[in-house]
Amino acid sequence: MNPRDVVISGIGLVSSLGEGPDAHWQKLVQPRLEPVLEASRFSPYTVHPLPEIDWNLQIAKRGDQRQMETWQRLGTYAAGLALDDAGIKGNDELCATMDMVVAAGGGERDEAVDAAILAASESRNDRDVLLNEKLTTELRPTLFLAQLSNLLAGNISIVHKVTGSSRTFMGEEGAGVAAVETAAARIRSGQSTHILVGGAFQTEHSDMLLGYELAGYLHRGAWRPVWQRQGAEGGGVVTGSGGAFLVLEQREHAESRGRKIYAELGPVLSGRARRRRGELDGEIDTLLKQAALPNGELLAISGASGAHAATAAEKSALDANPAIAARGFSTLTGHMKEAQFPFAVALAALAVDRKAAYPVFDATVEKPFAGVPKTVLATAIGYHQFEGMALIKAA
Amino acid sequence: MANLNDHMGRPIVAVTGIGVVTSLGVGKADNWAALTSGKSGIHPITRFPVDHLNTRISGMVDFLPSSSKGASLLTYELAETAAQEAMSEAGLDAGDFGGPLFLASPPVELDWSERFSLYNSDTHDTGAERLLRVARGLRELDIFETTQFGSIADRLADRFGTRGLPITLSTACASGATAIQLGVEAIRRGECDRALSIGADGSATAEALIRFSLLSALSTHNDIPEKASKPFSKDRDGFVLAEGSGALVLESLEAALARGATVLGILRGCGEKADDFHRTRSKPDGSPAIAAVRAALADAGLSEDGIDYVNAHGTSTPENDKMEHLSLSTVFGERISSMPVSSNKSMIGHTLSAAGAVEAAFSLMTMRESVIPPTINYDNPDPAIVLDVVPNTKRNAEVGTVLSNSFGFGGQNTCLVMAREPV
Repeated sequence: MNPRDVVISGIGLVSSLGEGPDAHWQKLVQPRLEPVLEASRFSPYTVHPLPEIDWNLQIAKRGDQRQMETWQRLGTYAAGLALDDAGIKGNDELCATMDMVVAAGGGERDEAVDAAILAASESRNDRDVLLNEKLTTELRPTLFLAQLSNLLAGNISIVHKVTGSSRTFMGEEGAGVAAVETAAARIRSGQSTHILVGGAFQTEHSDMLLGYELAGYLHRGAWRPVWQRQGAEGGGVVTGSGGAFLVLEQREHAESRGRKIYAELGPVLSGRARRRRGELDGEIDTLLKQAALPNGELLAISGASGAHAATAAEKSALDANPAIAARGFSTLTGHMKEAQFPFAVALAALAVDRKAAYPVFDATVEKPFAGVPKTVLATAIGYHQFEGMALIKAA
Repeated sequence: MANLNDHMGRPIVAVTGIGVVTSLGVGKADNWAALTSGKSGIHPITRFPVDHLNTRISGMVDFLPSSSKGASLLTYELAETAAQEAMSEAGLDAGDFGGPLFLASPPVELDWSERFSLYNSDTHDTGAERLLRVARGLRELDIFETTQFGSIADRLADRFGTRGLPITLSTACASGATAIQLGVEAIRRGECDRALSIGADGSATAEALIRFSLLSALSTHNDIPEKASKPFSKDRDGFVLAEGSGALVLESLEAALARGATVLGILRGCGEKADDFHRTRSKPDGSPAIAAVRAALADAGLSEDGIDYVNAHGTSTPENDKMEHLSLSTVFGERISSMPVSSNKSMIGHTLSAAGAVEAAFSLMTMRESVIPPTINYDNPDPAIVLDVVPNTKRNAEVGTVLSNSFGFGGQNTCLVMAREPV
């Protein structure tokens, strides 16, 4: 133990399963839990939709809510849950000195305006002029801010008063990996004492699906668990709306304010395999080696997306180590892109804290884990690029 | 033997390579010649029709092969071009950099030209449903990659052989400065001996222009484009949307000296502070920007009188220039009226995600060349802003230290302190 260890002192979670660490734990430990699915709205794609959320609970001002679309509201909400959980929300001094790293994509476009422009483009050759004509008259001025990647962090500053610093990383799962990795490095080096880190993904918008489907990554047809989509129609990814924020804190800082510590965040590892050159298998092996896994049975919270190639590579690497019992949580939450890695770390921390493993999420593929998980591996192997892992340990 | 650690015992971070592209041209030589002769790169928009637009001028980079190929490809080319210049100046193997990459780049979206062509390649269904159906029939990844936020950095990592997972970041108009800050911090933590920090922005599309217009952020002085950007002037009416890129090779001073590299300057301090007041406006008392400047000074181990020159954010919006003056005058007191403070944006416009990196590059050149680029179009001073803006004509001056400010939507405030010598 070192006073500069990185510990997890707050968790904020939202997914189709509900909100908050307790609700997630209670759901996820139920054997044979059925996922919450929405198969018709975006047919032929299935998504895991947001649960009912009372935004007022974390975003008190209606005016603030109106300035955001669902993605930013969701992230701001999940961030508020984490701050509450860590006993930081409303503490002006702690918020004003708190650093923040948000993993973000972009916000929602106005689908109706876009659809009208596309429809008009069928009968117009001067499409550039059409664009100017429609966008200058039909775009809502504030929508731009709801789309800007760094405005999730901006809204967290405004709503929750987190103002020590504000950085937004972009780049799908890799953004979440880099956000957690950078935050941990800042704490270990003494640059920061407490950092809010996480992300959110709102999949219930056609552009968010398009971001996968331009490369054919989405699974189509009947839903299947994340490990069982190879060979099915489509590309294997089933998405979900959700968010995950963590409060990472220097051990000494958390202890001095008498806070509950879920777990210690051990090594965070990241990589960039050149997948077209076939480097993914080797990169996953390298990360597993660098993680210096403990001896004995090991629980792994896998962020596998279902994307055929990446998921097969991860599965084969995890299967190759008989000590590892993996839990592919996308089976129950869907893939949450930038939030995927923070979500994996949060679920790992919960298992460490509760001294119990999750039951299998997919009985045909996953194997039971009977012991007390003192160390848990969290992974996010990007559906298209970038890889990350972390070890979460008993505090 | 030079002192290799700073006042806090951290490795000193040197700059050994600089690259830049703006509407004034490719490379440091062309840019510096134009910048010091008070030349503007702002010109009428020709990339797309300007019917219905209130703003018809910009500082777009129209002379690269990718200039008409969409935001993603142009941003990549801007980044690559600047990075190549920086690597070459640093004397490093441009295919095997061996340190991490930090890229400030604009958020990406599917370009309208692609939306139109996808949509009109089919006739079934309408709207998003049709786009999705066409999308799943595509057999190549080119369009897909323009929509992935990590793709530009991924390509750059391949191109330059950077190490590990590249970080793509956005702190709005402070992004370029944040990319440099991340590189500085990685070296100080001992994670690497060198880092490549790039800010690049080729996202001046019609939609981007319209979005900023709808927020009343842009100048509408269309008639004489080169006069539109007029930071600190009484009749300033908004910023001029622009493109560009800046790249720095950062190295620990120890590693730079050990390999006999030329040290071009020192990245001495970084400071930041978020604002919780409003999405686009800063807190009326300027306290977050003030705190960011002070944090950068403290990080650099300098007091207020340790700064010779301020490379201002100076966007030419009524709000920014007023608030920047308030912050600077609060931090520097009476001395501010006699300190040179100039805005590169008077000539190159606002390069958004690239601005912090472009302006860091120019700040370093200011020190090396002992020439301060002017604030042009300063014909009608704002009486409420009493600053020595180095009006209209460059000034020869010994400059040992520079403060470079970057402020952005979403409460982003990041400041860099650079020095000519290691201490």
